[in-house]
Amino acid sequence: MEEVASLEQVFREEWGRVLATLIGFLGDFDVAEEAAQEAFAIAADRWPRDGIPSNPRAWLMTTARNHATDRIRRDRALATKFGLLVAGDRAEVPMNTTTFPDERLELIFTCCHPALALEAQVALTLRALGGLTTEEIARAFLVPERTMAQRLVRAKRKIKAAGIPFRVPPVHLLGERLDAVLAVVYLICNEGYGGRDELAAEAIWLGRALAELLPDDPEVHGLLAMMLLHDSRREARFGDGELVLLDDQDRSRWNTEQIADGRAELDRALALGGRGPYVLQAAIASLHAEMPCDWAQIAALYGELARLTGSPVVELNRAIAIAETDGPEAGLRLVAQLGLHDFRYLHSTRAELLRRLGRTDEARDAYRRARQLTDDGAERRFLERRLTELAAAPRSG
Amino acid sequence: MKYVMLIYQGTALEGQAALPEEEQKQVYADYQGINQTPGVTPGVPMGLPENATTVRVQGGKTLTTDGPFVGMKEAVGGWFVLEADNLDAAIEVAARHPAARYGGAIEIRPSEVYWKK
Repeated sequence: MEEVASLEQVFREEWGRVLATLIGFLGDFDVAEEAAQEAFAIAADRWPRDGIPSNPRAWLMTTARNHATDRIRRDRALATKFGLLVAGDRAEVPMNTTTFPDERLELIFTCCHPALALEAQVALTLRALGGLTTEEIARAFLVPERTMAQRLVRAKRKIKAAGIPFRVPPVHLLGERLDAVLAVVYLICNEGYGGRDELAAEAIWLGRALAELLPDDPEVHGLLAMMLLHDSRREARFGDGELVLLDDQDRSRWNTEQIADGRAELDRALALGGRGPYVLQAAIASLHAEMPCDWAQIAALYGELARLTGSPVVELNRAIAIAETDGPEAGLRLVAQLGLHDFRYLHSTRAELLRRLGRTDEARDAYRRARQLTDDGAERRFLERRLTELAAAPRSG
Repeated sequence: MKYVMLIYQGTALEGQAALPEEEQKQVYADYQGINQTPGVTPGVPMGLPENATTVRVQGGKTLTTDGPFVGMKEAVGGWFVLEADNLDAAIEVAARHPAARYGGAIEIRPSEVYWKK
């Protein structure tokens, strides 16, 4: 059993690196992916019997490279047809098997290129860097496997046909392109927040890889810190499958090790002079993990974040913090200025503040509106519980 | 890589006509700059879509209608060919095109070889 677990771990750790190096070497996503898959399949067959080689990465890389070279030699006609001649010639050059370049950064910038649709960026990143299977990605995003397979095929075809480069962008493009990469990881993490644990774990894994590859970028550390801090409360956010609000959470179920990890990443980001959106969100998440919560400081940070992003959702969060420091009425005044009429959290926030003020009828209407806009099981059941509690409360005038 | 760069004027032409003289000069200079960019082969200048004629053949009959195949606003307004290392290089050229910043857009279409002689 131990053997199997470590095999999975090696695969998990090595997939992205092996694939990235092969793409860099072969110049073709599909051929590289097929070769990597073949090498991993041979390993899955042999390693449990013969033991894991002393340098698994070199073994996988060499096996995959040989497989790709054989295939291109065997199928020159195919190679020409798909414009692989260059890659074929390149494959004749012996690859240095002792020091493989780590080209995962090149790979992630290719996967998150803005010329690809966002959903394709997300799927490609999970497939190429995270090593998730098409079936796993499809399941995580609740789409049929065939749809996800087509999405991946189309994206890879476009990378080749449109000439999306396999490289770390030059300095003048790096900022905006890195923003796109971080946005993809953030999106994966957000999908995981609703309870799909595997996506949250995947996002953190990608965040760690990015922090290792770009150790001097504060936003990279900020994003990782934020994800670690949010995820540390995962166990406590759900009790018997039901949503539990921060105030009511059993703090003994918070993952203290992960909170410490997250705070260390946040410190690193701050030491690098970070004051960007992810660093601010990480700082807020860190304050949320304190007892008692410093709501005044949280409100100030949300204010700074709102100035940076101009996001009404951030303003909504600031209103929640203001309600804690200046009372529910102050929070409500802020909420009333926001235009987010179809955003379920606007209505649930209003409902909560109205409930605290004893304005039961208005609270009930707001909870109903929030429920209308919510399809997620646990969140919806939470709103229904609140409505039942209100029904038992005395009517307000 | 060879790219066909399609120029969509959208509302750019009206926008540019209303510009102060200095900015109009800049627009002309930008057009010229694009044409002189290494790798660019300028296309044949296209007339206005309102003067286009669209032809279809149905049941052996040639049907001729006034105007472009798509709507007047969606009609292609011009094109050029760009030889560039990769899509990022093509995006940089496209972003310098005046149509892109005055309400139109540039579409980057990789060229493709479908048959060999």
